[in-house]
Amino acid sequence: MSQPAPETATGGSTAAAPETGSATSRSVPQAQRERLLELDGLSKSYGTVHANRDISLHVERGEIVALLGENGAGKSTLVKQIFGLIKPDRGTITIKGDASPIKDPRDAIRRGIGMVHQHFQLVPVMTVAENMILGNETTSRGVLDIDGARRLVRELSEKHGLRVDPDAEVEDLPVGTQQRVEILKALSRSVDLLILDEPTAVLTPQETDELLKVMKELAAGGTSIVFITHKLREVLAAADRVYVLRQGAVVGEVATADTDARGLATMMVGRDVVLRVDKDEATPGEDVLSIRDLVVLDDRQLRAVDGFSLDVRAGEIVGVAGVEGNGQRELVEAIAGMRPPQSGRIDLLGKDITKANPHETHVAGIGHIPEDRERHGLVASYSLADNLVLNRFSEKPFANGFVRDFDAVRQNAEALFTEFDIRAAGVSAPAGSLSGGNKQKVVVAREMSFGPKLLMAAQPTRGVDVGSIEFIHRRIVAARDTGAAVLLVSAELDEVLSLADRIAVIHGGKVVAEMPGKDAERTEIGRLMAGDH
Amino acid sequence: MADPRDEPSDGTPVEGAVATETAPPPVLAERGAPPPPTGVLGLLVREQSIIVPIVAVIAALAIGAVLIRAQGVNPTYAYQSLFTYSFGTADGLQATFEKMVPLILCGLAVVIPLRVGLFNIGAQGQLMSGAICAAAAAHAVREAPGFLIAVIAMVAGILGGAMWASIAGALKATRGVHEVISTIMLNSIAAGLIDYLVNGPLKDPSQSYPSSYPAPDGAKFQALGFVPIGLPIALVLAILVAWMLRRTTLGFQFETIGRNRHAASYAGIKLGGMIVLAMAVAGALAGLSGSIEYLEIDPYRYQDGIAGSLGFDGITIALLARSSPLGTIPAALLVGALRAGSSTLMFNTGIQPEIVDMLLAITLLLVSLPIIAKLIFRRHTAKSSALASSWGS
Repeated sequence: MSQPAPETATGGSTAAAPETGSATSRSVPQAQRERLLELDGLSKSYGTVHANRDISLHVERGEIVALLGENGAGKSTLVKQIFGLIKPDRGTITIKGDASPIKDPRDAIRRGIGMVHQHFQLVPVMTVAENMILGNETTSRGVLDIDGARRLVRELSEKHGLRVDPDAEVEDLPVGTQQRVEILKALSRSVDLLILDEPTAVLTPQETDELLKVMKELAAGGTSIVFITHKLREVLAAADRVYVLRQGAVVGEVATADTDARGLATMMVGRDVVLRVDKDEATPGEDVLSIRDLVVLDDRQLRAVDGFSLDVRAGEIVGVAGVEGNGQRELVEAIAGMRPPQSGRIDLLGKDITKANPHETHVAGIGHIPEDRERHGLVASYSLADNLVLNRFSEKPFANGFVRDFDAVRQNAEALFTEFDIRAAGVSAPAGSLSGGNKQKVVVAREMSFGPKLLMAAQPTRGVDVGSIEFIHRRIVAARDTGAAVLLVSAELDEVLSLADRIAVIHGGKVVAEMPGKDAERTEIGRLMAGDH
Repeated sequence: MADPRDEPSDGTPVEGAVATETAPPPVLAERGAPPPPTGVLGLLVREQSIIVPIVAVIAALAIGAVLIRAQGVNPTYAYQSLFTYSFGTADGLQATFEKMVPLILCGLAVVIPLRVGLFNIGAQGQLMSGAICAAAAAHAVREAPGFLIAVIAMVAGILGGAMWASIAGALKATRGVHEVISTIMLNSIAAGLIDYLVNGPLKDPSQSYPSSYPAPDGAKFQALGFVPIGLPIALVLAILVAWMLRRTTLGFQFETIGRNRHAASYAGIKLGGMIVLAMAVAGALAGLSGSIEYLEIDPYRYQDGIAGSLGFDGITIALLARSSPLGTIPAALLVGALRAGSSTLMFNTGIQPEIVDMLLAITLLLVSLPIIAKLIFRRHTAKSSALASSWGS
């Protein structure tokens, strides 16, 4: 199976969707079926790149359809064409039997398409009600009809079971609630088809589950939903049918009842993916990282980390599990020297690094895969070679004193390209031109390649495709096996469960429970994460 | 379906992956320019092509031609007489070169902070600080040998400019004061302070006009033919700055801060210190140009008008050069020639020398207008931004 042809490798159920749809949803009775959306031969190229190639698919009324694919597979391009943001080069989009081209988003909305973007389009300083009517303001005698807007929010909230306070200011709301506002806003324009672009990327596991429930309720009420994701669990939990995209083309269509996670993953990457991480028993050595009674303030000067204590030994992976926003970010930043702690103590191999700056923690032996790779991990306009020495530019052999050695920088990049399977046009390509998975591999390569004593990985596979996730997980285990201490902080409970030798559950800025990773119970951890201890 | 464990269990999934995906992922197509830093500043910093400045200069000359015509003068003749003097005569060439020296140095004083993401409006004040420090130092050691006086005056000018600029850097680094505001205000403070000095402690009583003591004769710069000594100094410094930005760890730190200061901070670069340092280096260059003005240009004194608008011309130079250190050289050559030829223009045609200020203002406006770049690179920009926004799912 070293060279499976994509079509055959995925089995019989994956043939591209025929015109009349052989594999249709079984959740919708035959009588009610109405073809809401049909794409026929949709193609879009940018220069020589085919973002979408001859895509044909259809969505019935009341159906939830998932678009699944790796980073750069062309999912966003596809839905942007449905919403009128991009014009297709070829092919037709038929909405409720009307095949006329979609002129712009306004036209799409008029025809019953609603879209919730990955990055919310809300005004943070306005209330929910104000945001709701933004762009579609109703006035009475020249004055904005805020009372009407409030009523609208309440009516929609009740109708769809999405609770939101109309007078809350958006910036004060948690991300999941903001998304709910976006969905309500789309629904307020009487949509038949709701497009969700990576709706769960920013959500906590709880919020994700709630969203999936809401999606099902909306579908039961007759709204069709198309959602983009690369999380297999969500596809299986919520979707009726799934289209798998790879390199701009539909490589498979299957009813979720007829497949499983492994089958979907295989279709996505054209090969099998180990979803479980194979690793040997850990053989922990001496304490590498030792944290005692750490207190760290967040940007609002609140105690985000509040009396946190933890030890991480050489040769083990300690996973910090917790609902996001329980101090994980501040904890990681404090260890890395990016955020000075209020009190407490951090030791690395017996050396006090509580007050060290990022340069000093790096020199002390901490490799840090930051949570936000675009913001902290990479300089988008720098070459990959420069990014691969971003925190080592002044060290030998990359510089002789004051003068940089470009040959050494390039050789380093070439070696790491091979070792970490980085797919790019070349070492001088700008980092911003890579897909999410490859960007993350660049960060991982840089932070692992200097032989760190402590590898600190924050959300190491967020927004990364399945193939890269597998690779990164293997590398993390490999780092452990060569004797590094690994501190893994992840909002993906599955990731913590499959990688960690020991699990520390964080809630309210402190460790509320520690347990061996081997026989950790998913439900038990979930209970602890929720603050029930 | 084949046994799904086949491949992973043989321990070489990486090679397997490479073999099965020989086609490059679509995202990796040539996407042209890297994502630029955001905002107008980013646009200014972005190294693009030389087309924009050239178009801007031509357009400015064309608009100038209309204005000259409106005064009843043949624009071809006007430009001819201006450039013939600036480039075609020994006196004119020397004047052009003399103007170039502070223009290059002040241009560099704007270029370096631009790379760090700072807009230094204060080259004017830094140049004036440098000049007055040079004048004060030269007067203090006036008994020393001429050569030594010149060196001391230049060092004093460098320190004076560096100190003045680092005030703005320190305010930025410690208090978050916007450098545009602080450098503008420091320009005014420098002007007021120096006004006091040349009317009081540093005033040469033999002069009726407020003026510092003159540079001692031995310290005055002698031109080498029609090449002033300042010119090779400025050229060497432009090359040094280009080398510093491109090849040294210091330049890498400056650039990293300018492109992504969050990543710079993550990478262990000390933002505050680097911001102060970048401003100090910029101020040092502007201050040096002030001391060269004092040592090189008649009347060899600090008096009102010594700075002209050189510091502000530095902004024009930096933008015309598209923040490239070596680009300041041709930019300064052009601006220097315009300034040097303006009096001849008036002598020959009666057109006021302010026409040159207008030409420069129009050029500056055109180079800094993002719209120009957009018009010229419309297709390219539209394409790459569509690419950038449509991927990443």
